[in-house]
Amino acid sequence: MAQLEIRNVTRRFGDFVAVDNISLNIEAGEFFTLLGPSGCGKTTILRMIAGFDLPDAGQILLDGKDLADTPPEQRPVRTVFQSYALFPHMTVAQNIAFPLVMARLPQNEIRQRTQETLKHMRLADKADHYPRELSGGQQQRVALGRALISRPRLLLLDEPLAALDAKLREEMQIELINLQRDVGITFVFVTHAQDEALALSHHIAVMNRGRVEQVDEPSKLYGFPKSRFVADFIGHINMLDAQVLEAAHGHTRLNIHGLGEITAPPVAGVAVDGLTSGVGGVFAIRPEQVRIGIRGEVAELKNHFPGEVRNLLYCGDVTTYKVLLANGAMIEALLPNSAPGRAELFKVGDTVKVGWRHDAGVFLHE
Amino acid sequence: MRRGFWLWVAALAAYAFLYLPLLIVIIYSFNDSRLNAEWVGFTWHWYNVLLHDKDMLAAAGNSLLIALASSLIATLIGTMAGIAMYRYKMRVLTFMVMTPVAMPEILLGVSLLLFFIQVLNLTLGMLSIVLAHITFSIGFVAIVVRTSLAGLDESLFEAARDCGASPWETFRHITFPLILPSVIAGGLMAFTLSLDDFVITFFTAGVGVSTLPLRIYSMIKIAVTPEVNAVSTLLMLLTLTMIVLVSRIAPNVLRWRA
Repeated sequence: MAQLEIRNVTRRFGDFVAVDNISLNIEAGEFFTLLGPSGCGKTTILRMIAGFDLPDAGQILLDGKDLADTPPEQRPVRTVFQSYALFPHMTVAQNIAFPLVMARLPQNEIRQRTQETLKHMRLADKADHYPRELSGGQQQRVALGRALISRPRLLLLDEPLAALDAKLREEMQIELINLQRDVGITFVFVTHAQDEALALSHHIAVMNRGRVEQVDEPSKLYGFPKSRFVADFIGHINMLDAQVLEAAHGHTRLNIHGLGEITAPPVAGVAVDGLTSGVGGVFAIRPEQVRIGIRGEVAELKNHFPGEVRNLLYCGDVTTYKVLLANGAMIEALLPNSAPGRAELFKVGDTVKVGWRHDAGVFLHE
Repeated sequence: MRRGFWLWVAALAAYAFLYLPLLIVIIYSFNDSRLNAEWVGFTWHWYNVLLHDKDMLAAAGNSLLIALASSLIATLIGTMAGIAMYRYKMRVLTFMVMTPVAMPEILLGVSLLLFFIQVLNLTLGMLSIVLAHITFSIGFVAIVVRTSLAGLDESLFEAARDCGASPWETFRHITFPLILPSVIAGGLMAFTLSLDDFVITFFTAGVGVSTLPLRIYSMIKIAVTPEVNAVSTLLMLLTLTMIVLVSRIAPNVLRWRA
């Protein structure tokens, strides 16, 4: 049984359906992420788990127990707020000790556990400082310490990294991963940043307009998106209009509009029998799966088409080439610059061959 | 350059217009003459007269008592009103609390008088004055408290609940300590307003009780003696102290109109 079970939960605000009949299972000890654009309902779900908001329909069960009648202060759930919500009139130590004071633990136990948490969060020398005297990263650690000190069953994190600059964010990502492994508590993380979700999570639920589009491991989401929204929202992807010619067990044959026939992998997650020929959709392929060549090497690939380099973006480690295909579509190819001189391999205006392996890319039907 | 110069002149003229009359009142309270006409010499005489004026002292005592009682009660109710206005965000509520603040004083005075006499059948005196002062002070306290609440991060209250605090504990440990400066500032404002009020007090005082502003008014009906200047100076000093206290305790309160 999953530790947290969200069963057919719906939440409306007037005419707006923020959360539309969502069901999710979150396992004990995992790092679970709700990912989606703003307004997709991810924060509403988090608030309903914390108890700040209640579902209009459906149930939320923690360890099999319905939380509907439990007020927020009695749920074994803690939240790290986007603004951190540190109490400005209390010192760091008082902030961290607050949940234990509210739980009416004996004084000496409060003191001892506060010291432990301060040490664990590397805040021992900041114990008597006020939140406004701390840096963003330190405030974040106070918020985490305050949330973890009472050993909750579940930790909810509402875009906690959004306020940090890029460098600090990467540090905090690694800290969060280590922390979650250390404490073994289930983390439910909300973010709109797909790179953050991919880097941190065991499982990700991609949300759009109050619905869950796909729940999967990060690599599966990236490699095998099940909808155009997921493919587009996670990372970069090329989409070419296509039509199924033949859906067999080992492969799919597609017709790319204006280009011709290609061989693609079997469609994941969809019964192959259900995909009869003539079904329309898009063929989606990641830029790093696309190869470019002038002479022979690309021509050996099963799928290849001529094109012309129109733009290139040199990014140091990689270069992105935008190549115009014969059907008027632009395809992106990402080439690593690990070998010296590779960055200058192709120039704008070069006529090239663009190709990809027969097992690369996915077909997403309408 | 030129424009800057005239701007300064205009500003100084405006401030002179505001503060010169007050300054004259203060200066003439030390004038060794029965008349306010010309400067004769320095004296503490009028303050001494004031100290032995039994009626004046009784009025001052009444004023302080009324200000203390009404500001305490208005602070309590106004704080609750401010929190309710913040929490429930209902326009009607804000409107109802704020109306007495915006209402012309004379209207409030007349309606309170009629209400006390005809509806409550109350004998006018200290109680009716205190009730009247509470009525017009609540709105000021409520505004100050709501403004300070609106300046706080809303997730603080949720964070407290999240940490295991009940709604009451959230108020005790988080909300109240954070709004306390504004509550005190609002209370000081209510105290000052009550101390200085003339119009509403005039209508609700009846015959037996006098307050400082009423007493001053009845004195200048006969003649403006330097004793009035002396008592006005003291009142001014008290008010000024209150304003300084308010701005120290809650620096953003005095900006609430902006």
